[in-house]
Formats: sequence, structure tokens, C-alpha cells
Amino acid sequence: MGATQLPTPGINGTGLDLQSPAGGASSDPAAEMIQLLGPDGKLGTDPVFSDYAKRLEPEQLRGFYADMAKVRRFDQEATALQRQGELALWVPLTGQEAAQIGSGRATQRQDYIFPTYREHGVALTRDVDLAELLKLFRGISNGGWDPTENNFHLYTLVLAAQTLHSVGYAMGIQRDQKFAEANGSNDPKAAVVAYFGDGASSEGDVHESMVFAASYNAPVVFFCQNNHWAISVPTEVQTKVPLFNRAKGYGFPGIRVDGNDVIAVHAVTEWALEHAREGRGPVLIEAYTYRVGAHTTADDPTKYRESAEEQAWRGKDPLDRLEKYLRNEGLADEAFFEQVRVDGDKLAAHVRSTTQNLKGPDFRESFAGVYAEPHPLVAEELAWFEEYSAGFEGDHEDGGK
Amino acid sequence: MTTMTIAKAINEGLRASLTNNPKSLLMGEDIGPLGGVYRVTDGLIRDFGADRVVDTPLAESGIVGTAIGLALRGYRPICEIQFDGFVFPGFNQITTQLAKMHSRSGGKLTVPVVIRIPYGGGIGSIEHHSESPEALFAHTAGLRIITPSNSHDAYWMIQQAVDCTDPVIFFEPKRRYWLKGEVDTENPGPASDPFQAHVLCEGSDATIVAYGPLVPVALAAAAAAEEDGHSIEVIDLRSISPIDFDTVTDSVKKTGRLIVAHEAPTFGGIGGEIAARISERAFLHLEAPVIRVGGFHMPYPVAKVEEDYLPDIDKILEALDRSLAY
Ligand SMILES: Cc1ncc(C[n+]2csc(CCOP(=O)(O)OP(=O)(O)O)c2C)c(N)n1
Repeated sequence: MGATQLPTPGINGTGLDLQSPAGGASSDPAAEMIQLLGPDGKLGTDPVFSDYAKRLEPEQLRGFYADMAKVRRFDQEATALQRQGELALWVPLTGQEAAQIGSGRATQRQDYIFPTYREHGVALTRDVDLAELLKLFRGISNGGWDPTENNFHLYTLVLAAQTLHSVGYAMGIQRDQKFAEANGSNDPKAAVVAYFGDGASSEGDVHESMVFAASYNAPVVFFCQNNHWAISVPTEVQTKVPLFNRAKGYGFPGIRVDGNDVIAVHAVTEWALEHAREGRGPVLIEAYTYRVGAHTTADDPTKYRESAEEQAWRGKDPLDRLEKYLRNEGLADEAFFEQVRVDGDKLAAHVRSTTQNLKGPDFRESFAGVYAEPHPLVAEELAWFEEYSAGFEGDHEDGGK
Repeated sequence: MTTMTIAKAINEGLRASLTNNPKSLLMGEDIGPLGGVYRVTDGLIRDFGADRVVDTPLAESGIVGTAIGLALRGYRPICEIQFDGFVFPGFNQITTQLAKMHSRSGGKLTVPVVIRIPYGGGIGSIEHHSESPEALFAHTAGLRIITPSNSHDAYWMIQQAVDCTDPVIFFEPKRRYWLKGEVDTENPGPASDPFQAHVLCEGSDATIVAYGPLVPVALAAAAAAEEDGHSIEVIDLRSISPIDFDTVTDSVKKTGRLIVAHEAPTFGGIGGEIAARISERAFLHLEAPVIRVGGFHMPYPVAKVEEDYLPDIDKILEALDRSLAY
């Protein structure tokens, strides 16, 4: 463990320098942050991460843009659906597209993802059907999709609980790989990514997960989206040191990356995943970003923050800066951006019509999943419910569900 | 047939699970070279290695939460919580995550995690080392809760817990760890279903239901009542969730009287659940109200006075007298 495992510090700063004092007085956060694509749409260099950026084909860069635009359009549509009473709640991600698309696109199929509840962009990169994703918010499922299909776990509403699941899962991968290697298999190596927020970083489970991950050298990447607000509470109430610095205390690398720079996020996450897959242990990535909208559709940000702050962050918009870059470099033309808009509208229309058709389950199904094996109490209560409901047969002919 | 203590029987049961199921592993504080503070895992690290018998960091949420992750990856973790009073840092993971993963995923995910908890008082210990929190877990759907009262059950029930696809809380009656009994390691016999109650002795005047540490107490009370000319049926519940109400109902239909005894506080406890169910199922057979014998509504008292707190033979006999007086 230690500095030997870290990439050398980039010209952008000393984000990887574990020697720097972990004082709360740390001045300009950007000074300690990996950034490749600036708000001006110009690509900078970094001794470690430029190599990762160079691997990106123009097709992939256009893909990043299309993904970010798609999920932003999806977000707008879901917000509208909530306003129209089609969803019980919505958790918007606008502003965090680069953090999510950049990291999600850095994962490989065999990796396993544990999201919190705002990772719609990561879900998109894992091919989760976005209509399935809305089931939770429509109140017709406590899960929604099949986590085993795309290695994208269910959302977790109890903050930080999933960070421990991710470490346990990573410990399982470790054991599987040991076994596979002993049997001469050369399946691709896997790692786990755990997403959580700056607010969640205060929960004890995050601490315990980092202790376990370090103790067992588990192949897990902790991906903290520091979007500056936990509902109405600012990051400063959660931590006196930049969050990525905490990794040092656990004995593994911590990196702060510009979370609105999709190229840097992708590079840093690829590096971290390689690190984990190769058996070199966990990494904490802090994606420095901003939630420009409300926390959820039930929130009113005007009560706790200045609109000037939101405006300042809009100036760092992840989509705008990639668009500038693609145009400047001649990597995408007007027809491309027009196509992205058309595709977005198509997706929105699809989401709207499927959502409206998503019906609640028959209540009886709720009895089915409580236990995996037969259970007499559940069977007894189901039988009672069947008999009770039978008493109303006919009453519901034109009302019911 | 061999004779062994309950602690040894659990140890042998764990050994059998580790041998039979390569995906099973033990996790907990001090369970490796030390063999656990009660030595229940004694010698297992030597035979199965540190990958199968994992000394974890001192973090109960961490133990349960990572066990969930391992189970999602296809493993069968068996967690040891060092003492009953220390399960609460892991309570969130058990109740909000472990219990619900299967239903939330529409049956796509299973989390076959076993959580072993030494529980109950009577060992003269200090604060947080003598509690009986079973009702707090029983109230959560998705968990199964079992507790053995003898060596044979201990040997088989721990293995059945590991084999179960659902999460199982395995409460170990710590003051009985050194109780010896016969174990048939070849054949579980009537113990083949861990969720079934056992009628330990038949009787016709009243039924006593107990589980875990109070089973020997209930048997002794029945023997004392016998000397006074009463015929008492004793049931070892074995499973706290689900509860085998059929066995209890059948017994009450025969005897007409029911006493439920457990160490946990009476208020809001498992005894109340049994009383309510039995009054629904066998109301016309009851000759007396169901009487509960349990702990008081107070934090578990200091060791010097725990005898006054714990249900004992006299308290059960007093309840029997009240019941028989109707
Ligand atoms: C254990 C727990 N406590 C409180 C809440 C209520 N809650 C939901 S979101 C939230 C703020 C979370 O902030 P952060 O972790 O920064 O994530 P963000 O929503 O900003 O992405 C709170 C307090 C919860 N879901 N879980």
C-alpha cells in the first residue's frame, strides 16, 4: 500500500499527492482536481490521464455526448411525468451527466455496479430499460429491473447501505478469481463500483465499507458524486477535508476529478477499475460536480441556496463543453447534434407512453417474494386475503383495478 | 450417537457446512485463531483457512453488509455477532437490506446469510451481554429465526440454516452452551424440519411453550407440577419465525391451558403473538386465558439481581397455578 500504487501527480495539481496536508483550510478545490476538458471546450494534458483520453475514438466521444443528451432529455421527461401525476417522485440528475456517463462507460460488462438512487445515467450505460427504472418512482415496484441481467444492482434508498454490499460482492469476485485461476480459467477480471453522495459519505456504512475494502484489498471503486448538497445541507457540514483525502486514512488512493468533464471522469475511472481488477485494491474517486436542479421533485432549492451559485455551475455544463470540443475539432457536425435531438425526443415519447401503461401489480404478488422458500404465515395470510377478496367479487366490476 | 455440549455441536455443525458447501464461509470478530469468545468456531480456521473463517474488522454493519454482498455473488456467509447487545449497529443492514432483497428484486436475488447471535442471560455478565432481542427481528418479514435448545438440534439446525435460501437469524442460548446432550450425526430424525416445534413431553392438564434457554426450565417446572399431580405438556418452539402454530394449537385443544415462557420482556414479545393466535384458533378449547411468563419492561438488570428478572421454575409454576385455578 502507499504512494507506489498511485499514478504520478498530474500537471493539473496534486490530487494524487498523499503527502499534502489534509487541512480543512484547503483553498481552491480545482487546484487539486484532475481535469482534461475545460469549460471552454479545450483539451488539456495530464501526464497520466492523457494517455487514457488518447485511447478514445471520435465515435466514443460522440457516444458520450449522445448518452449525456439522452439522459438529460429523459430526466426532463421524468420530471414532467412527475408533475403530471404519473410518478410519485422523481430524482433529477441534471448537471451530473458527465460523472455518470464517464464512469459508467468506463465499466466493462463483467463489472458489477451498486448505485444509490440518482444514477440514471449509469443505468443507461448498463442498458437498463429506462421504463423499468421508472417503476420504483411510479410506486409499482420496490425494485424494477433484474439486477443480474446487466450487473446493475437495484437502487438503495437507505443511504450508504449499498457501499457495504459492494465490498462484499467484490470480496466474492476475489474468491471466484482465485478459484478460477487455480482451475486455469482466464475469464476477464471484474471489479465493482459503488456510487454514493457527499451526504452519504457521513454515514457509518461508508466508513465500514472502506475499512473492509482496505483490509481485504477488495476490487472496488468507491465513486462519490460530490454534487455539493445533501438535500439542503452543504458539503461543508459533512466534511472538513476534501472527500478524496479520506482515502489516505484508509490506505488506498483517492482522486478528485472534475465531475463535469466526461473525458477526465472516464480516464480516472478506467484507471481505478484497472487498478482494482489487477488486484491492487480499492480506489476512492470524488467526482466534483453539482446538482443544478432540485434534490427531488419534492424539494425547493430556493430555500437554501443562491441562484447565482446555480448559474455559476451552469457555466461549467458538461454537455456544452463536450459540444464545443466536438465542433472545434470537427468531430461532429450539425447533422449529428440534430440527430441527437431527434433521438432524445423519440426516447422521451417512448418513456412517456410506456410509463403511462405501467400498471401496478396484483396485490397478491406481494406475498410471493417475501421468502424464497415456502412460509406458513405468508401462505395463511394470502389464503385469508383470497377469501376476503372473494367476498367482494362483482363489487368492483366497473371500478377496481 | 455421541455426547457433546451445545457449543461443540454448533462447532461440528459449522464444520459439516464448511465441508459440504464450498461456498460457505464464516465471518465475525475474533472467530479465527481465538475460536470466538465462546470458542464456538474453535479449530475451524486451522482446518479451513483464513479465507473460509474470516476474522473481520470490528464493525457489525460491516459484517452483515459485506455478507449481503458475498451472498449476492453466490456465497453463503455465516456471520457471528459477538453478543446479543452488539447486533444493533448491524440492525439496519439486517432489517432494511437483508430481509428485503429477495422481495424487492421480485425473487431474482437471494441472500442466504446466516447470522449467529449468542443471546439471553443467566451468565452473570455485564451490560449488553444478556439480552433477548428476538421479537425485534421477528417483526420483520423476510427473516427466519430459529433457536436450538439441545445439542442434537444445535448440530442439525445450524446446517439447515446454512442450507436455507432465506436469511436466517440463529439465536444461540449462551447459558446452555455447556449443556451436554446426545447427537446423532448420521440422522436428524424428527429434527429434519427446523421450523417445526417439538412436543418434548406429553400431558393433559396444561401446555408450556418455551424456546432456547428456557426449555430446560420448562421441563423442570413440568416435572415439579407432575409431583403435585398435574400432567403438563412441554413444547420446544425451536422456530420463532415462522412459528409452528399447528403444533401449539393441537396441544392446547388437548390440554385447554397455555403458558408461554421466554426471557425477553413480556410486553410486545413473542408470547403475546402466541397468545393472540391461540385465542383465535382455539378459543372454545381454552379453559383459562393464555398466561405469559417473561422479563419485565426494563433494561436487562445487573447480574446481581438477574435471578429476580429471569423466568424460573417458580414463576412458571405460579403461572400454572393461576391457569389451573380457572
Ligand atoms: C439513512 C438515510 N437517512 C436519510 C435519508 C433521507 N435522504 C434522502 S436523500 C438525502 C440526502 C443525500 O445526499 P447525498 O448523499 O449528497 O446524495 P445526493 O442526493 O445529493 O445525490 C437524505 C438526507 C435517507 N434516504 N437515508
